[in-house]
Order: sequence, then structure tokens, then C-alpha cells
Amino acid sequence: MRIEEHPILKVERKRPFEFAFSGEKLQAYEGETIAAALFANGIRIFGNHQKDGSPQGIFCANSQCSQCLVIADGKPLKACMTAVRPGMQVEPVCGLPELPKVDSVPPMREIEEVEVQVLIIGGGPAGLSAAIELGRRGIKTLIVEDKSALGGKLVLQTHRFFGSSDAVYAGTRGIDIAAKLEEKVRAFPSVEVWLNSSALAVFSDHKVGILRNGKDYVLVEPEVLLVSTGARERSLVFRGNTLPGVYGAGAFQTLVNRDLVKAAERLFIVGGGNVGLIAGYHAIQAGIQVAGLAEALPECGGYKVHRDKLARLGVPIYTSHTVISANGKDQVESVTIAQVDEKFNPISGTEKSFACDTLLVAVGLDPVDEFYRKALEFGITALAAGDAKEVAEASAAIISGEIAGLKVASALGLEEAEAPKGLERMAEVLASKPGLCLPKGTPHREEGVFPVIHCRQEIPCNPCASACPRGLIRIDPEDIRKVPEFVEGDKSCIGCERCVVVCPGLAIALVDYRKDSEWPTVTLPYELSRESLNVGEIVTAVDEEGNPLGEVEVTEVKAIPKNDRTLLIELKSPRVLAEEIAGLRVQAPEVSAPLPEATLRLADDEIACRCERVTVGEIRKLIREGCRDMNEIKAATRAGMGPCGGKVCGPLIKRLFLEESISLESVTDYVRRPLFLEVPLSAFAGASDEE
Amino acid sequence: MKYKRHYDVVIIGAGSVGMPAAFAMAKVGLSVLVLDRFASVGQGSNKAAIGGVRATHSDPAKIRLCLRSIEIISTWRETYGHDVEWRPGGYLFVAYTPREERTMKDLLEIQHRYGLNIDWHDAEGLLEIVPDLNQQGLIGGTYSPDDGHCSPLLLNRAFYDEARRHGAEFHLNERVVGFIKVGDRVRAVRTDKGDYTAGVVVNAAGPWAREVGAMLDFKHPVRPDCHEAGVSEPVAHFLDPMVVDIRPAPGSANLYFHQLASGQFTFNFTPDPLIWGEDKRETSAFLPQVARRMIKIMPRLSNLRVRRQWRGLYPMTPDGSPLVGWSHEVEGYLMAIGMCGQGVMLGPGLGELLSRMVTCRLTPEDQETLEILSPYRAFARQEALR
Repeated sequence: MRIEEHPILKVERKRPFEFAFSGEKLQAYEGETIAAALFANGIRIFGNHQKDGSPQGIFCANSQCSQCLVIADGKPLKACMTAVRPGMQVEPVCGLPELPKVDSVPPMREIEEVEVQVLIIGGGPAGLSAAIELGRRGIKTLIVEDKSALGGKLVLQTHRFFGSSDAVYAGTRGIDIAAKLEEKVRAFPSVEVWLNSSALAVFSDHKVGILRNGKDYVLVEPEVLLVSTGARERSLVFRGNTLPGVYGAGAFQTLVNRDLVKAAERLFIVGGGNVGLIAGYHAIQAGIQVAGLAEALPECGGYKVHRDKLARLGVPIYTSHTVISANGKDQVESVTIAQVDEKFNPISGTEKSFACDTLLVAVGLDPVDEFYRKALEFGITALAAGDAKEVAEASAAIISGEIAGLKVASALGLEEAEAPKGLERMAEVLASKPGLCLPKGTPHREEGVFPVIHCRQEIPCNPCASACPRGLIRIDPEDIRKVPEFVEGDKSCIGCERCVVVCPGLAIALVDYRKDSEWPTVTLPYELSRESLNVGEIVTAVDEEGNPLGEVEVTEVKAIPKNDRTLLIELKSPRVLAEEIAGLRVQAPEVSAPLPEATLRLADDEIACRCERVTVGEIRKLIREGCRDMNEIKAATRAGMGPCGGKVCGPLIKRLFLEESISLESVTDYVRRPLFLEVPLSAFAGASDEE
Repeated sequence: MKYKRHYDVVIIGAGSVGMPAAFAMAKVGLSVLVLDRFASVGQGSNKAAIGGVRATHSDPAKIRLCLRSIEIISTWRETYGHDVEWRPGGYLFVAYTPREERTMKDLLEIQHRYGLNIDWHDAEGLLEIVPDLNQQGLIGGTYSPDDGHCSPLLLNRAFYDEARRHGAEFHLNERVVGFIKVGDRVRAVRTDKGDYTAGVVVNAAGPWAREVGAMLDFKHPVRPDCHEAGVSEPVAHFLDPMVVDIRPAPGSANLYFHQLASGQFTFNFTPDPLIWGEDKRETSAFLPQVARRMIKIMPRLSNLRVRRQWRGLYPMTPDGSPLVGWSHEVEGYLMAIGMCGQGVMLGPGLGELLSRMVTCRLTPEDQETLEILSPYRAFARQEALR
């Protein structure tokens, strides 16, 4: 169940070794997390909850929740964050974990205290970009990153980035942007990086507690704190919403694109924002089937090019639909969706079920802003950047980080480093939501060679315009959100295919009538495995939005090194279809066919707080009795009292208030308390054992 | 007149004292209004408490009140149905130096005089009760098996439910801003939302008792100090009693911890020096200090993972005992203040006593208790092991 071949990612495995789960010997590779190794061995149930015995597995794969708890060599640990080691004995958590006996008091050290000019929590796009600005100015900066590599979510992004080619590496794949940023950061001697190091708390005495290398507690006192901790995925309420197999789209990308685990055979997605749409695309890249995607709104909220790209591959997109249940006893076996009315209530009789083993939840992100809020409360000079400030694309996070870096330099009084106006403007542009969608206009030229641009919605993106050597693709230079236009003047298209290759939306096709005007050649970008397509094969060509046009023949598959893993496919198309073709269907229709009968899950198990297994019903009852205090819900039900501290259920509970037509202004929010993660007493006592 | 309504009793504070008082008074048929500045009940200091309940004090007033509290809490489930997570695990004070041994043995005499079930055990005996104690240097300690612990949150809510069932009213998110007096008598309570006339006004405002009293020109000798506490992840049960270590260590004067019904551990200490004020913000000093102490006394806790840390306020009095009694200056003003961090264990017994005060049904024992806790007493020395 590992990915052996990937069109974009290099599959390189380190040393294999054995470990055990529940006494059964399994194989893992050096560097894998316990969660990845278990998934790779087909194990998705990591334990049973002590309260009701419900099966537990991955939800966030990002250390935010605590659902993936296992006992590794006697100690309870998060499987998603802990590297598996040779001979490790991993046990599922069934009931309460037994604390291992310890005979004598271990040696204890004083807790190390460190002073720095700037502490950056989070080495993703925003944190790295800020560090580059600070490093450039010789400012003593410490980046703490809880993963084993820098780059944040960039390391999961196999697709080329949107945004501006000049400012944020648009047209380059996320994974490669991460490497570029890291390389720059590492070149500055004043910037220190602590990997595998999690921030635990920002304290009122202006110190920040860091668990360095996953074991050593260190107190860092910065002059300025920069919080670039990214975002966390929202959960969703439906029956069976905590069954193993229901997890975040980000968690899925982590398992698939970082850990190279084939985490599912067939999945369904709820949520049509960019995260859900891209996750679907990443699934198909990894050889995982996608049965469909449901979006509650009448239109997907993500970029239309992302939506179309997924639809063209053969994934049905059900707008005005929501998931009403994940079905199965111990893990997902199918999902049931239903159409919703204008108030988002499911319409009875419209239920459809789909066989799948996984349901990805991609219903939005919330800023991870706890540290920032605490810093403000405690009067620490602090800034937030990237998703921790405002949830947007990673390209926006890069600029946001750059601006924050300049502001931090300015806060340190080192220079008049006001962020240039242009940067602020760029940040705003890159963070903007999709705008107008222009009507479809087909050129109908039927001669020569030219690109057909299937990109009609205003989004911040311009690589195509930058790529055209003759400058024939135009995007308003004042506003890269404008739709690209192919405009020929005295120069004409030479069919160089650069725009086809570079478009992050895979939304440009090249139509060439020059060789055969009756059977023109259509050139399309292709980012799936080369083996899945052969010259001479007959494929179903589809239009921009994925509607089938007809069967056409593949006449060429070109892998050109400078095209950076984007293949070019040439199709021989009948004249009438040529300018309509935007892609080819790769997924067989039976993958997405609904089951003959809809399954209705009877168990009333919509969970709000997954840590403490508190149902939506319990919380709704309190709200209806007049409760207007998140802290009261916590006191009465324990929702929010678990290891994640309300990070996952907090937003869900707030939605329950809204559903009862109660404005959040009248609701008292949680009093938030550290710690961000559960950490053993030994670490605080300076007694972490050497490993 | 803009009086909203008349109540027999208005209680200020829906906390560890106000809530059981409201229940006890509503139960005997008094009309009761509880006012609290927070959005829900128990959000002041009650939720910060760790839930230890013991009668093994050295002050007869506290002993009596807490014995009754234990009775109420331990029978709550069978009487009213709510699980308040009562666990009769006892209290265990450990002695690692002759100094603590002496203190405890001296105290035992007084405690035995009051008929408390508490005894000295040598190291071997203590290890039978808590096998995971650090044996090195352990001399022995006292163990009082009838003490225990409960969930302050659940207990508070249980009183809340029962008080409401008996007709008590609660106005939350409402702040007392003043009083209206007629002559020497308090006539009404004024809040930021309106005025309520009352026969009796009970000050049960915990750390804010002084602030409330000042509105009647009192200077109650109650001022809060700050205590930090923590809670761990739940683990399989292995500790029954509350473990108390009275040795001083850098930053702290003692340490106490126990394992809750949920399997979680809670722990805290008395900071040394005391931190006066109302600062409830968490500090970086607490965890390193408390972790060291816990591991030293019980090495098995090394791998116990800390989940949360917080700060709560102890409304302290000059001698460490509560101030309970009628005002001599303002008729109808009843003080139930200065619980010194023991509101949860004193509250249920005290609530009933307050109800008897209001309904004039005091027993001779009550009279004695009230004499000891009188706000007009001369403050002598602090109670040992308060």
C-alpha cells in the first residue's frame, strides 16, 4: 500500500526495517512516521476510545487533534508526529494507557533559556519568507518547526503554483518552492532552524516554551515573536463523522504526497474549495480513485480551473449536496450524500451512496492563531503571517511572510523597513477570492496554430502571460487577477507549447491545423503517470468542464525535460471538436457510479468533540436550554477538555450556535489555556532520556 | 420604583459557596436570586479548583463543615442522581524529613481529639497504600481514608440543577455595582442591569469579596493570591489518595496531586513567595518547578503527559480561615468569604449553615462554628497545614 511510482514525486525509500503493531511484525522505512507505516500496512484503526470503544484513526495527521494516539515502546504518542524506529513495539490504545513503572528519579537538568531577536513559530512559506528578510539583515532569528523538514504545506503540493511569476514562483511546483525557500534561509548565518520542535505555550512572562527535538524543553525569550503556524482543517458534523477513514484533505495530502503511502483505494470528498479540489487531483495522481465531490453551495468555492481539472479526469462534482453519513462498522465502507435546499438542509429522497474506503473532509481552514492571541494578550511584540493571519493560498503566504519580515525588522528599530506599497498590494491580490467568471468564447479560427485558454474566472495568476515568448497572451499587468487573453497582432503563435506546460490550472490547449486542417492536432498537458497512456490509444476527450466530446486517438506523448514532469499529449481531433477539447477522461465511469440503493446510517453518532466523544445532540440540548458560554459547554460536557483543547470542536460548536440562529457575539468564547500539545512531565523537569 | 423583583435572598457569586447556598436556601422554600459576573456558573474560581475534599483540618469549624460536605458529596449520586465523580481515596501526607514527621504527629493529636479517621503509617505502610511513592528517604506519613475528591465542575453544576429545580433564579453576565440601604439595612442590590430588593444579601464573591464589600464601605480582609495548576492526560488508574508533600522547594511551599475519576492527574502547589493579586495568566515558571517535585516524589509520573495549565485565585484571610457571619453594621448583609482555596470542600456544608442562619435555625454546634469563623474575630496565627 505504498506508492511505488508517481508522475511528479520521486519515490526514494531509505533503509527498510521491522517494527510491530499489536505484536504483528510489519515493515517500515527509515524516516516514516508511525501513522504512515501503519497506513502502508493497511492499518487504519489505531485504537479504541476509552469512553465508548469507538475505533480511532487519523484525522489531521498534523499534530492538531489527538485521534492517532498509539502506545510506542510503552509511551503514549501521536502516530502522525513520531518517527517509527527499528524494533519499535507499537500497541493500539484500548481504554486508558498504562503508565510505565519507573524505579528511580531520573537525573534532571535546569531548563535551558535562550534569548533571540526573533522567534518564528512555523517554517512554512510565510515563516521562511520572513526569515529570508531577517537573515538578509543579519537579525538573529530562530525558526522552530514541528515537522522533520521545512516548507510547511508546500512539501505536499505537487502542482504548479498560481500567483505571480515575478513575485512568488508561480508556475513552479510547491515542493520545489519549498526547496528554494529553504536553500535561501540556510544561507544566512543569523538564522537558526530547529526541526522536530513544537511550540507549546506563550507565557505571560514573555517566554515561549519549545519542545526541542521532540524531547528537550527550552524556554525562548524573543524580542519579537512571529507566528506563522498556518491553518488547521475544520471538521464537519454528520453521522459516522469520526469513523476511521474520515479525515482531513490535508491529512490525506500528507500521507500521500509526503509519506508516499497509498492511503486509500477509492475516496469521496466533501468540500469544493481549493483544498478539496486539489486533494482529488492529488489522489488521481497517486493512483487513487475518486468517486465524487460534494459541495453544499451551488458553486464550488475553489478556483474554477481546479474544479474543471478534476471534473475533466472524470470526477463528478455534486454542488448543492452535502454528506449525510459515512457508513461502515469500524471504518468507512461507503458515504451517503443528499441534495440540500437553500437553507442547506438535506432533501429527503435525494440520497445517493457511493462505495469508498475514505471520505476526505475539506470544508475550510481556520488560522492556528493561539500563540498570536496569547502574545497580544501578554503584551509581547508579535506579528502573525500567512494562514495564521489570514487563510489564503500559499503564494499569498509567501508575500505575507515577506511583509512580516520587514515589519519585524522595523519593530527592532533596525531600519525604516516599511513594507513597500507594492508588496501590500500583491499580498491583497494573491489572497483574493475568485472573481467574475466570463462567458465561454471559442475562437473558431479553424486555421494555423494557437492556444485555447480554458480559464475564464478572475484569479490571481499570470504564468501563461510570462511564458509566451512573443507576448501574445495578455493579462492586465496592473491586475493579475484578470482573465488571460490570446491576442495576435503583427506576431503570431509559433506553437511553442510553453503556455500549455506552465499553466497551473492545466487549462490551456494548443490547437494546430497546420499539418492537417481536417484532423488538427490538440496538445494538452498531462500530469499523471506516463504508463497510463499510450500512443495509439483511443481516449474520451472532454470539454473545459469535463463533458465528454467524443473518442479521439493519442498520437504522441512527449516528455521533455525542461517541461518539469509535465507531459504533453497530442490528440488527433476531428475539426469540429478541436477547439472544444480541454482534457481527457482518465477515470472509468463505474468508479463514480452510485450504489443501487442509498444507505441510511441509523446510529445517531454525530460527534462534535472527538477527543471526549461528545455528541452534537448533547451540545445542542444545552444551547436550547439557554447556554451561551463555550466554557459552560466545556464544564458540562467536557467538549474542549480533551487533548486538542477545543481546536477541532470549537469551530463546530460555534456553527451549532449559528444553526440555532444565535449570533456569536452573544456567546462567550473559551478561556484558552496552554499547552498546545501534551508533553511528559520529564521534559519540563529537564529529565528527558537520551535517545 | 425600578425594582425588578423582590427575593428573600440575593447571593452574589455562583461559585463553590454561592451555589450550594442557593440550593440549600431554595430547598427550604426561600426565594433566591444568584448573581454572577461571568456568563455561566462556576467560572470564577470553582473551575480552577482541583477538587480535593478533606475533613482532616485542625480547626473544629472547618472540620465540622467539611465532614458535612463529605456526607453531602459522597451521597449526592444516590440522592440526586448526578455523578459528581466522588472518589473516597483519602489524603496522604508524606514525610521525607523528621521536620514534617514532627509537624504531622503534632497535628494528629488534635485531629484525633476531634475523632478524625487519620493515622500515622511508617514507610512500609505508606507504600502499601501508594506503591509508586519514591521509597528513598521516605519516613512515613499520615493517611486519612475518609477524605476524597470530586469534580468541582460537576458538583457545581449538580447544585445548579437542583437549585433551579427548587426555584432559584440565576442572572449571569450581570455585575453588582452597588447596594441600596435604608437606614442600617441593606434593601436592594444594584447591578449593571437593574435593582433587586432582598431580605438578605449574601456575599459569596470569592476573590472579589472585598470589591463587593467595599460597595457597603467594608474593608473585608480578603485578598486573592494566585496559584497555578495543571492537568494531565488520562492514564489507567493507579493512585487513590490525594498526595501532599509539605516540604518547601524552590518556588513552592508544598505540592499536592491526585488522580481523578477520569484517570487524569491534577496537580498544584502554593507558590513561595506567595503571588498576590488577580493575575490569572499562565507563567513559564510553574511547569518546570512542579514537574521536578512530582517526579521526585513519584518517579512513575515521568512519562505522564501534561495537558493543560491554568491559574486560579485563592481568596486569603489573615489567618487562613474563612470569614462567615452577619454584619454588625449593615443589617441583612451576610458574609461567606475568604475560603482560602477551600471553597469546594467547605461549600456544601457551609451552604446549609448559611441557610440555617437565614432561617434562624442554628444549632449549638453552629453557634460554635460561627464563633470561630466570625469576621470580627482577632486574627491570631495561621492554622497548621491549612
